Amino acid sequence: MIRIEPREAPSRRLTVGIPIASAMLALLLAAIPLSWAGANIGEAYQEMAKGIFGSVFAFTEMLTRATPLIFTGLAATLAFRAKLWNIGAEGQLYLGAMAAVAVGTGWITGPPLLLIPMILIAGAMAGALGMAGPAYLKTRFGADEVVTTLLLNFIILIFIQMMLEGPLKDPMGMGWPQSSPVVDNAILPQILPRMRLHYGLVIALTAAVIAHIMLSKSVWGLKLRAVGENAAAALHAGIGVKRTLMSAALISGALAGLAGVSEVAGLRGYLTTDLSPGYGYTGIVVAMLAGLSPLGVVLAALFIASVFVGADTMSRAMGVSSYLADLVVSMALICVLIGGFIARFTIKITPANKKVSTTDTGAA
Amino acid sequence: MEILDILLSENFWAAALRIATPLIFGVLGALICEKSGVLNLGIEGIFAAGAMAGWMAVWLGADLWGGLFFAALTGAFFGLIHAILTVPLGLSQHVSGLGITMFATSVSYFTYRTALPQVSTPPRIEPFQPLDIPILSDIPFLGTVLFKQTAMTWLALFLVVLVWWVYNRTPLGQALRAVGDNPDAVDAQGLSVYGLRMGAIVAGSACMALGGAFLTMSAFDAFFFGMVNGRGWICIALVIFASWRPGKALLGALLFGAFDAFQVRLQTEVGAFVPSQVFLMAPYILSIIALVIVARRAEYPRALLTPWFKGQR
Repeated sequence: MIRIEPREAPSRRLTVGIPIASAMLALLLAAIPLSWAGANIGEAYQEMAKGIFGSVFAFTEMLTRATPLIFTGLAATLAFRAKLWNIGAEGQLYLGAMAAVAVGTGWITGPPLLLIPMILIAGAMAGALGMAGPAYLKTRFGADEVVTTLLLNFIILIFIQMMLEGPLKDPMGMGWPQSSPVVDNAILPQILPRMRLHYGLVIALTAAVIAHIMLSKSVWGLKLRAVGENAAAALHAGIGVKRTLMSAALISGALAGLAGVSEVAGLRGYLTTDLSPGYGYTGIVVAMLAGLSPLGVVLAALFIASVFVGADTMSRAMGVSSYLADLVVSMALICVLIGGFIARFTIKITPANKKVSTTDTGAA
Repeated sequence: MEILDILLSENFWAAALRIATPLIFGVLGALICEKSGVLNLGIEGIFAAGAMAGWMAVWLGADLWGGLFFAALTGAFFGLIHAILTVPLGLSQHVSGLGITMFATSVSYFTYRTALPQVSTPPRIEPFQPLDIPILSDIPFLGTVLFKQTAMTWLALFLVVLVWWVYNRTPLGQALRAVGDNPDAVDAQGLSVYGLRMGAIVAGSACMALGGAFLTMSAFDAFFFGMVNGRGWICIALVIFASWRPGKALLGALLFGAFDAFQVRLQTEVGAFVPSQVFLMAPYILSIIALVIVARRAEYPRALLTPWFKGQR
């Protein structure tokens, strides 16, 4: 007889172990599509490892790729903790990037110490604004935020396209739909010479630490968690549920906006509509792998970035489609979901022929 | 004046029905899942999977109906994963659905790229042709609007009637509705909550995949990356707009199709003064507005998003 029973509380070992096991399992499962594509599996994994740890450059590339994922992972984490389903980080990222190029491409001049904070604030505000709309429609009209944020992603991307063919178009861009370059004084500096890794990573790590402190130590974090666990009870306890949801929405949007600023001002230097290969959506996977913990987000982002960078290198070397990376990421999400179930429940197997005593069934 | 001309032209209404067809499949699929109490955000990915699978089967030599069957089977497969995760395991329907969308999309893209590593122009198949039913298609107006659509549009309209009939006239439909409203009562009657819910998700997902297959097998004749382009999400908005009723779902999809066909025609009239992106944005904005208008009045299935476990009250 097989019975499933809830555990008292998932042990610490399981809460840490399950995401790691899920990530590894997803990587192992990649062997199936790899062998189907006709690749030598051992060689493929070797190429992937080389793409991540093969050189200082490879490693910094991985960190560069992890930077936007930390921001969007944090954005998803804070929203999901309040059971606010912000699936719109992709759009908010683009809004942040657009604000950065709107402010940082020349009409304001000043030293980096002035310009960099300015584009960061502008980007965060734009991202926050992008999530304020759906949060308002949810709290005021009861419109499901999943649907509104998902649809807004499309609206925002088309809007960016319009801006890049209109007011934000680079007059020197040879007709390409791209923005003017961000001025030198607004560029996030590189951390190491000749590497693309930039100070966006430092800002992202700082954001993770602040998010951790706010979530676990502040009154706001307490309210946020209370609303997420049981909104009705939180309301009964006198917590302003709508206000808390709105604040979570604004901060979540702001973090996604910062991802856009960091990509534009740290990496690309100008805005195009292919700035993000779905960092907003991947942030959801990062957040779930992290068990919705801000510090865990950093580790999860490093893993996902490794998958992307490793798979890129491998696919170039061996001619396997780089969609393999997306496949591994989605499998990691499904694995960690199932893992979360295993952490909360325990499966008890008792021999079928043995009569189950009454005390045993009483416990279930 | 021109606006009136557009609204009175038969080509306009034929286009509206054509645009509505994949949405009809999608909204019905979402309706079947949600009526049983489970949100299926896998829809966007299942659309992509259906589009790829149906097209690929025909490209490999199956006939068109064989391709449709294979597309539905693929949708059912991804639906089964979602069903296992959300029904017996009771995991977050939001996250599982998004996971299915990512998984189904990446499986489809990876499969397409692996089967066709280097193609500059996507290979084409011979898609469903307009039926052109003799005599009927000669009826003025209706002839063009209704009787020159492909067989898939007819299949979609047939499914609307079938779903309405099952839910309103059969004991199975009654059980499927009850399981989304009050699973405890269904369990008390000795019916399997797990079975009903999982069956509904699998069937609904197969239906969604047909919507995707329409894109590659009727609307176009090839598969493109990103061709679903949010149609699945629009269906999730439309099903709320339709208050989970098959008739209203058809109406919602048709209104949406009419609006989309209208904006394309309006664009050719005033395109010189208004950026084309304004028109591209319109369908998504319309979906949000529709959602906001009905949100408070919508009669959600009462147990939507609530997992149910046997032996726990």
